[in-house]
Amino acid sequence: MVALDALDRRLIDAYQRDLPLCERPFAVMAERLGESEAVVLSRLERLAAAGVLSRVGPVFDHARAGASLLAAVAVPEAERDAVAARISESVGVNHNYAREHRYNLWFVMTAADEQQLDARLDALEAELGHPVLRLPMIEAFHIDLGFPIPWYELERA
Amino acid sequence: MSQTGSRQAAECRLRARLEQGLPLTSRPWQALAEQCGLSESEVLACVERWRAEGLIKRLGLVVRHRALGIDANAMVVWDVPDDAVKELGRRLAAEPAVTLCYRRPRRPGWPYNLFCMIHGTRREQVEAQLAEIVARQGLEAIPHSVLFSHRAYKQCGGRFTQEESSHECRVHHPA
Repeated sequence: MVALDALDRRLIDAYQRDLPLCERPFAVMAERLGESEAVVLSRLERLAAAGVLSRVGPVFDHARAGASLLAAVAVPEAERDAVAARISESVGVNHNYAREHRYNLWFVMTAADEQQLDARLDALEAELGHPVLRLPMIEAFHIDLGFPIPWYELERA
Repeated sequence: MSQTGSRQAAECRLRARLEQGLPLTSRPWQALAEQCGLSESEVLACVERWRAEGLIKRLGLVVRHRALGIDANAMVVWDVPDDAVKELGRRLAAEPAVTLCYRRPRRPGWPYNLFCMIHGTRREQVEAQLAEIVARQGLEAIPHSVLFSHRAYKQCGGRFTQEESSHECRVHHPA
């Protein structure tokens, strides 16, 4: 696991949302944190290289940005890694997890529109030879992964 | 191409670039502007508009929780009577431990119509949070199933505009 110091944590705590929208956002962030722009940029690069940050940028609303769907397949455990690799390779897949259930592989498929989404799922289903459970979102009650990081609990874990 | 058409094409290029995040340089919008055939001020205005319209939900550091040790992640699925799903969805969404909550269709062999996600540092902690939610919301009689994730094969932002598979965001964690 990556060791994060106080500045890393302050960066994450302050800027999971509301990145300043201006010509030099990292300079504005640096000023607020009492650091230099170069330090902030090097920290962000380090966090990205360490895999702590997926990226610095926007999170698009899936429902407005295009079509997406949660899908699952039930495969024998012995085949799980191989099937997962083919799912991850598939164009449009952005999340792919193993979960403890008869449906043991869960992934999100994205596309520009519904037609392309269906075509991608049909093609993947044919390739895998397993039926794909298709679970489009009907209504979102809450979607926000920008929750505060529980640093205290992480230290105890 | 008409002026409007070329502007739309440039904004489409900007969307595609933005899905991969900002370049980590002093003037990231200027760098993006050059790649997309727009000016820096046009890029800033465009992103501001997308944010106001809700196309962009948030703009900032997108954290991979697993890399921080927040790797206990339970998808809890509920089989709720259709006439009660909206109200329960709202109540679950208001629970602080719930990070995602949405309604999805039932399917043959899949009776669950309400999904919520609980992220935590340890499995026992997530299980305790779920038990508290069940007790507080009076959900003992609602059939549900808890699907812990035990391996992330891939995790990255949505790629709605790009055609190629995004290999750079594949993750390999020990099971």
